[in-house]
Amino acid sequence: MIPLSHYLILSAVLFSISIVGIFLNRKNVVILLMAIELLLLAVNINFVAFSHYLQDLAGQVFVFFILTVAAAEAAIGLAILIVLFRSRRTINVDDLDSLKG
Amino acid sequence: MTLLQFSFYLFSAILVFAAGMVVTVRNPVKSALFLVLAFFSAACVWITLQAEFLAIVLVLVYVGAVMVLFLFVVMMLDIDLARLRAGFARYLPVGGLIAALLAAEIVLVIHGTFPADLYSPPIVDSTGHSNTKALGSVLYTHYVYAFEIAALILLVAIVAAIALTMRKRPGTKYTHPGRQVKVRREDRLKLISMKAEGKSAQEGTT
Repeated sequence: MIPLSHYLILSAVLFSISIVGIFLNRKNVVILLMAIELLLLAVNINFVAFSHYLQDLAGQVFVFFILTVAAAEAAIGLAILIVLFRSRRTINVDDLDSLKG
Repeated sequence: MTLLQFSFYLFSAILVFAAGMVVTVRNPVKSALFLVLAFFSAACVWITLQAEFLAIVLVLVYVGAVMVLFLFVVMMLDIDLARLRAGFARYLPVGGLIAALLAAEIVLVIHGTFPADLYSPPIVDSTGHSNTKALGSVLYTHYVYAFEIAALILLVAIVAAIALTMRKRPGTKYTHPGRQVKVRREDRLKLISMKAEGKSAQEGTT
């Protein structure tokens, strides 16, 4: 049988990879959104693993809601991205400084 | 090594590899496709945890909807890749160091808090156990308000996404129903009373 800690370590490794992704691709908004999806996936793996090992379905219900909110977040984020690209012709984070004083 | 262990480690390896490729690969389209691979292997990992319903939902919702949305957006945008990649090599040491530190800390905490024999592996009831049924019976009783709020969030997301991206193109022809209903005969049609002409006059003109 697989111990619980292996699932948690898998989740931690995934989380760290997403963090390094946010560091490396800090100019590309699309990759940033994908890294956020990976972060949420890592958290979800934790939830499902604990739900299985503690025999409590609340964790899986929570994952259900996280998936819902993440889907809504991705849809709105991509819509904002498209509006942004339409008006500025760029998705480079460095160029989005029009609010800077 | 049992089949369960083998599949867990195999899919975990694929998951970690795909996640690494998502953040390092050059082309955003390839990155989105590697994210699809990551979601697929995460769904397989969840199946080893007997969360079949959530695994299928992950494949259907994420691979079927969200990632297709991502691919559409990536292909619609005309991105200058070279500028977006600037500074990639410069941030790599710092980012890698921080990620390694983070992972090491979490793994240390996990090893201290959750030793391998803390939780006995749960008893698998193979006789008619349905994860979907169990989840549904909790979701529609205990968490029904949260479920309805989730539905509302999805509705708001739909409205927001459409409202954000809709635009009026100049030069498109469309009918305005209100003005169409309100139009009167006098605006469109003019009756002119004129003298009827005789047959002889018609012949004279030709």
